[in-house]
Amino acid sequence: MKNEKNIIADATKTAYPFGFHSAIATDRIQPGLDEITIRQIAKRRNEPSWLLEWRLSAYQKWKIMREPTWANLHYPNIDFQKMSYYAAPKRRPQLSSLEEVDPVLRETFAKLGIPVFEQERLSGVAIDAVVDSVSVATSVDETLEKLGIIFCSLGEAVHRYPELVKKYLGTVVPKDDNFFAALNATVMSDGTFVYVPKNIHCPIELSTYFRMNEANTGQFERTLIIAEAGSYVSYLEGCTAPRREENQLHAAVVEIVALDNAEVRYATVQNWYPGDEHGKGGIYNFVTKRGRCLGRNAKIAWTQVETGASITWKYPSVILEGDNSKGAFYSVAVTTAHQQADTGTKMIHLGRHTKSTVIAKSIAAGESRNTYRGLVKVGKGGDGVHNFSQCDSLLIGGKSSAYTFPTLESRNAKATIQHEATTSKIGDDQLFYLTQRGIRTEEAVGLIVNGYCREIMGRLPMEFAVEAKKLLSLTLAGAVG
Amino acid sequence: MTTPLLHINNLSVAVGDTTIIKYLSLTLPAGEVQVIMGPNGSGKSTLAATLAGKPGYTVTAGTIAYQGTDLLTMLSEERAQNGVFLAFQYPVEIPGLNMIEFLRASLNAVREHRGQTVIEPMDFLDLVRKKAKTLHLGDAFLNRAVNHGFSGGEKKRNEVLQLSLLQPQLAILDETDSGLDADAMITVANAIAELRSKERSFLVVTHYAKLLHYLKPDRVHVMVNGNIVHSGGNEIATQIEREGYRSFQ
Repeated sequence: MKNEKNIIADATKTAYPFGFHSAIATDRIQPGLDEITIRQIAKRRNEPSWLLEWRLSAYQKWKIMREPTWANLHYPNIDFQKMSYYAAPKRRPQLSSLEEVDPVLRETFAKLGIPVFEQERLSGVAIDAVVDSVSVATSVDETLEKLGIIFCSLGEAVHRYPELVKKYLGTVVPKDDNFFAALNATVMSDGTFVYVPKNIHCPIELSTYFRMNEANTGQFERTLIIAEAGSYVSYLEGCTAPRREENQLHAAVVEIVALDNAEVRYATVQNWYPGDEHGKGGIYNFVTKRGRCLGRNAKIAWTQVETGASITWKYPSVILEGDNSKGAFYSVAVTTAHQQADTGTKMIHLGRHTKSTVIAKSIAAGESRNTYRGLVKVGKGGDGVHNFSQCDSLLIGGKSSAYTFPTLESRNAKATIQHEATTSKIGDDQLFYLTQRGIRTEEAVGLIVNGYCREIMGRLPMEFAVEAKKLLSLTLAGAVG
Repeated sequence: MTTPLLHINNLSVAVGDTTIIKYLSLTLPAGEVQVIMGPNGSGKSTLAATLAGKPGYTVTAGTIAYQGTDLLTMLSEERAQNGVFLAFQYPVEIPGLNMIEFLRASLNAVREHRGQTVIEPMDFLDLVRKKAKTLHLGDAFLNRAVNHGFSGGEKKRNEVLQLSLLQPQLAILDETDSGLDADAMITVANAIAELRSKERSFLVVTHYAKLLHYLKPDRVHVMVNGNIVHSGGNEIATQIEREGYRSFQ
């Protein structure tokens, strides 16, 4: 029987079509981190003094903080003085004239399939494109302007809407929240700023595409989304990086604020370079994402499809302060080859009758390690709180591992908390059954995995669900052993 | 002389260190129905799995020619695309994978290999509903996950549904008639009997003569201890039903 062995040998080959580097003329600050670096970043970004002060005070905190070691992750120490904290393509186009954009940059996004510079944009989607530290283009949408919705880079927002940024920056993820959040506050670069006014339903998808391009550089974007009372917005982020032998750090922060009756849906399709089949290279993805349901009946839902990065440390969370507010976390985390993921969520129930739903699907192939870590916390005032958590793990091959660490802390006897967990394995029998019906092995794995994740994929915005399904199949193509 | 659809010559098969099939030969011409009967552990299912290309079944000697070409160099999916179909004795549960999606992926894989276009979703639904109905399987059944939580009878009928959908040249039925109640047995037997044609051959592994009343086999083989020890007509099935395998051992 030919080729059974070859299929297994192919198992650890991770297909990554986005691993190219673009030769873009770049303004880069020398590696290393101290007050001078921070002042240089602020100067490059032409920032007001209050923001520089904020950065500097975060830096003072960060200097005395320790890198967390509690995660189920193994990696060598990161030398924070060896990387560069700012890199920006030199020729930045003005919003009004996308023609001025560096053709290489234009070509880069064409290759990535992100139609940010195209005349015919993806209908129903507005895109902000970020390369390394800065936003290089934001698609301008008349519909958004008419409704008073602000969709721009954080750097632009600092200048155009300083009061809004000042009011909310750091109110969800404080500058000294944790080691990586403090690092982010110190050197933060462009993420996206979204503001949806009262009672406005944002009619199109808002989306940011993050691209790391320069070597030996970290990306530290910060995104801030504010949904005023009665408003609605759906937001999606995607990300890729070149294939490199050395690891690169991505330490982002996302803050979401939802006021009375507001709803924010935040979706991520994370496809950072995962490292090669031997575990060399890849992005270290240490990210803090959190939303605050400040108002009554506010809703925040995180949906994530995590397929990339050599290491993922990420717990998109919701603080449910307003009575009757709702939080949700829907996750698919895929690890192959030598990838490691420690991801999950925190649902903090402070208000009465608050509800949260957690559905996490982990898929581990190759020699990877995939951990779900979750916290459901109910405060004293959490009468009528309801939480449902389901954590499923799917193992492919005999060398991968999956772990589940759910933590429940309730100070209120009237809270209802349910937790379910399963572990299963894609069996050789299942694959044989499907191949015996003419379906190729790779497609068979894709069918099983997409079936397993259907519940989550169905929650992605329509335009991206198809891409995300393809990405899943692609990531696991050949991941059979 | 025309090439037989299937020609097995001096085949030996091992699973791990254990040799299960020993120098077995069998010739199945196009359009014929041949039956393999035998006591438990005689190697019937091993033969079926080997023909379908199941990993872990090592051919240590002999050859298998299918439509005149070497079957053993083909992957399991290639065999299926070329018309080799195995109705599983124990159909595998695949939670999460919807029946419709599975059947469509399967039919399209086979159609693509035959040089046919991808079937339109609505045409596919019509086709599959019609076929399911003859097996007394409704829409609710088609919306479930593949074999997940199916009763024994539903699993077997699902195998026959796939058989009738894919229209293979070689249908290997591994105890498709076991575990069925009397009514289901008749439904399944009729559905299979209807698929008999001049182009399609059947290799049927069974313990019961009942299915053979419907299928009217051209030849019946008795398999004992990894080899065919006796071959003949339908009368062998009747004899086995009456006396068991004692007289063949």
